[in-house]
Amino acid sequence: MTDLASHLPVIVILLPLLAAYLTPVFGYKWKGSCVPVALAALSLNVIFSYLLILQVMEHGPIHYYMGGLPPPWGIELVVDYLAAYLCVIISFVTLMDAIFSKDFILRTLGERRRVYYYTLFLLLTGGLLGASCTGDLFNLFVCFEVIAISSYALVGIAGDGKGVLGAYKYLFIGAIGSSLMLLGIGHLYINTGTLNMADMVVRLVPIYISGAILAGLSLCVVGFSIKGGLFPLHIWMPDAYAGAPATVPVLSTLVIKVGALALIRLLFCVFRPPFITEVIPVTTLLTWLASAAIIICSIIAISQQDIRRMLAYSSAANIGYVFLGIGIATPLGLEGGMLHMLNHSFTKACLFMAVGAIISMTGIYNIRDFGGLSKRMPITMGAFTLAAFSMVGIPPTCGFMSKFFIAHAAIMSGTWIFAVVLLVSSLLNAIYFLRVVNTAYFGHPCDELKRNEAPLSMLVPMVIMAIGCVLLGVCVEVPLAVLRPAAQLLLGV
Amino acid sequence: MIIPDPGFLLTHYNYWTSVLLVMIGLYAMLAKKNLIKKFIGLNIIDTATFLFYISMGDVEGGVSPIIAHGAGHGAEGVVYINPLPSVLILTAIVVALATTALALALAIRVYEHYGTLDADKLAEML
Repeated sequence: MTDLASHLPVIVILLPLLAAYLTPVFGYKWKGSCVPVALAALSLNVIFSYLLILQVMEHGPIHYYMGGLPPPWGIELVVDYLAAYLCVIISFVTLMDAIFSKDFILRTLGERRRVYYYTLFLLLTGGLLGASCTGDLFNLFVCFEVIAISSYALVGIAGDGKGVLGAYKYLFIGAIGSSLMLLGIGHLYINTGTLNMADMVVRLVPIYISGAILAGLSLCVVGFSIKGGLFPLHIWMPDAYAGAPATVPVLSTLVIKVGALALIRLLFCVFRPPFITEVIPVTTLLTWLASAAIIICSIIAISQQDIRRMLAYSSAANIGYVFLGIGIATPLGLEGGMLHMLNHSFTKACLFMAVGAIISMTGIYNIRDFGGLSKRMPITMGAFTLAAFSMVGIPPTCGFMSKFFIAHAAIMSGTWIFAVVLLVSSLLNAIYFLRVVNTAYFGHPCDELKRNEAPLSMLVPMVIMAIGCVLLGVCVEVPLAVLRPAAQLLLGV
Repeated sequence: MIIPDPGFLLTHYNYWTSVLLVMIGLYAMLAKKNLIKKFIGLNIIDTATFLFYISMGDVEGGVSPIIAHGAGHGAEGVVYINPLPSVLILTAIVVALATTALALALAIRVYEHYGTLDADKLAEML
């Protein structure tokens, strides 16, 4: 057991990748086999991630050397508090999403494509876990490419016009991001002679203010911002989300979180806080871009009629909260931003699952037609409403807690303007989410009022996510126990 | 503003080529209307990145880092090139290949559905 425990970081990454190779092999003969293989791998992954976070909480960050080679030569996996925290989120949300996909994808794509879907799904999961755990810049790039290529393919998997065009747009913008990232990593490598993050920190200090380092920093920041969907580089999100099957945006929610994580790694682990907050104020730039994201994307979301596009703009606004928390760069701000990663993943997963259930059962995606939906799909709309409340930030849901933390951090650090931004955005969120809830519960019912609830395999993960939205708000101390040391480690206090 | 001497500029011509290629690629991506031409622009940027990496690994007069049979570790007077950038670029080439394949496959599907690859016309239809 001790032997297994020491290899946990690599097991967590390899398990979904291994399953990704097994699904097409078994799926070639038995079409239905992809579901049990995927669910088994992802369930095991939840257990292993949980063990991993326990290990990290007990013994501090884990350094794992791939192939037994020590860092400057070999690839190093670093599982610190933040990485372990993200591993748990990723494993859990992907498991729920995989359960939801079982019937949903069968209805929308058919049996043959479901095999491909699960293969890409597992590849994407492996990439996400790899990108959160890596301690090597080039490995980070490779994991991002695994994520990117599988998510482009997932967006276009339905093969309809809207889906492929959305996927092409996503691919195009994403590939620019990858190229810039690669170029930036090249600049950092040529100057330091190392790709290991821990090694690079030391070697960067004497050569901080040089044109090449700054070029590398800015190229990487832009690259990761594209992956993270930070305003104004979020333009791929609406088309990709509207064209894809509704389970893909749930994964995409995790992709943008990992983009944010990569940016945290770059800013706080490779470049250290005094440099990025005072010498070159990247964090100030981030806070203003994040504020623009929050306000502008919320306003655009109000004008959307397609619920999937509305949720996409809402995601672009919500990643703004994460970046705002990061940009404030105080322990409280980082805790708030990282807490919002968890809360937004749960809330948005619940919303997209509800929308997916509505689309697959009734074919409705225009908000005007939502009238009477509360009678037809009471449980789905109940989960949607709960998650919508969390998005608006009504206590005791989890959305309130993270907004409260970020606003508190903004006031404490003397930049009260960002607290105002958060307040205004809550009002804007209320406008567009309560409009949907209002139409569904009190709008004029269209034609039939027959109860037409989604099957159990869709309802269970959706309801678990909705309960999670409330539980995480009440038990906010549980994630904070991980995030406090994480923020202290990042800021070096 | 420090102006480097012409000799410096001339001996680093491969880096300047790389910069030039990035600019050409960006121009193609922004100015061209055809989706495939736009993607060719991206491939040019990728190529520029590869050139950049390969240039930085090269050492003047260096040989490939293989220890000749019989020679011990670090034979006297032999300069090796840095093999790491080449290895990294092998990975990056595979990644670029996969992205290109996927982009072309998607472009075929886009053409099947909309009958055009013109970005402006597609934007109107969406």
